[in-house]
Amino acid sequence: MTAPIIKIDGISKSFGTFKVLDGLSMQVMPREKLALIGPSGSGKTTILRILMTLERIDSGHIQIDGEQLYHMERNGQLLTADERHLARMRQKIGMVFQLFNLFPHKSVIDNVTLAPILTKGMPRAAAEKRAMELLDMVGMADKAKSMPAQLSGGQKQRVAIARALALQPKIMLFDEVTSALDPELVEEVLNVLWRLCSETDMTMLLVTHEMGFAHDFADRVLFFDRGKIVEEGKPDEIFRHPKQERTQGFLKKIIAAGHRV
Amino acid sequence: MTQWSGYFGLILQGALVTIELTLMGSVLALIMAFLAGLGRLSRFFVLRALATAYIEFFRGTSIFVQLFWAYFVLPFIGISLTPLQAGVLALGLNVGAYAAEVVRGAIQSIGREQYEACTALNLGRWHGMRHVILPQALLVMLPTFGNNAIELLKATAVVSLISLADLTFQAQVVRSQTGNTMVPFATILVIYFALALIISWGVRSLERRMARGLDGVRI
Repeated sequence: MTAPIIKIDGISKSFGTFKVLDGLSMQVMPREKLALIGPSGSGKTTILRILMTLERIDSGHIQIDGEQLYHMERNGQLLTADERHLARMRQKIGMVFQLFNLFPHKSVIDNVTLAPILTKGMPRAAAEKRAMELLDMVGMADKAKSMPAQLSGGQKQRVAIARALALQPKIMLFDEVTSALDPELVEEVLNVLWRLCSETDMTMLLVTHEMGFAHDFADRVLFFDRGKIVEEGKPDEIFRHPKQERTQGFLKKIIAAGHRV
Repeated sequence: MTQWSGYFGLILQGALVTIELTLMGSVLALIMAFLAGLGRLSRFFVLRALATAYIEFFRGTSIFVQLFWAYFVLPFIGISLTPLQAGVLALGLNVGAYAAEVVRGAIQSIGREQYEACTALNLGRWHGMRHVILPQALLVMLPTFGNNAIELLKATAVVSLISLADLTFQAQVVRSQTGNTMVPFATILVIYFALALIISWGVRSLERRMARGLDGVRI
């Protein structure tokens, strides 16, 4: 049996007095495609942000690829990870944000090549060649010289995906990547996610409100509420035959809001 | 009839000194602004404390007194500066303290999402600052830097008090030699104004060049 690539063990996280995650444990297997769904404030985005080291945990442990994320072993003792340890761990993980977070002062191709050149010491020519391949894959090769301000939301998001892929992470985190897009632009981004899903063996965690896409895309769906996993299972189980009342209520609301399941 | 052409030559020489002081003072101010501005944002308490002390002290005391210290008091502890050196030092440190707050404010104005993108791309503090945050913050700083440079230009007039032959000093010379107040002071008024206009124009065109392609970030 293969070991999980992500192992979350009893983590808690509060913002002030608001407890976002409360003793959460979960595991993700290599190559698994996971959809995290649930009402806003349920903690699903926080999990991604914690895995990307954008938020620290208050307690608990996380292992990525067999190594502690927020702790490091020194002489048999488990110490809080320093910046160097975190930087090494981050190499395994990439993230795409709801609001793209492109660098507005850099062209599309420079957005994609910046990190490989600076963090991996890749020669510019090689980085640009690789960037063009990735931009081609997301259908943005013809906009390589454009500035982000000249692109539509869907185009920006596809560039952001190429930028995250350039570092060749083992795990990709997608945080509501279509939520900020006009409805007619959602599909072009989902199509890119489809390609990634079918053509790569990356582990992918997707926080989304696109239930139809989550159903088709995911190997496993986790339904979150109030910082806990209320229900999890195969997409069909969760979407067609939810067992928990809270899951049923949530899906009913989502369908009422016009989302396809 | 006064021989004005000779006196105008004198005033032009003064203008050169003023320009020299403004340029050199601005370079020092810029260096101090970035050192202290970044220092205030440092993770290290000592750097933050040093930067804060510098900024508060040089903003909180008069440029006039600072100049006199640089020129008349430092010699007592063995540091003798020429009037030009003392002028550049006082002006650069004084204006640098104001500009440091501009640097800090501009860096803090860059949205959290840019810092988060840096973390997600594993850029590290230095690379993120150098390639992502500062280039964007620079655009925010520029207009206020223009103001600071004009303030510095006008403040150069105080160096006439330590007998450095700048515009104001030469105007005084012309006045005492000719007995005419109107002409020399009207002349330097126009020259100061023209120099300030050049600075405004230069900063604006720099701003336009840097903002190219960045629609939506600044007009």
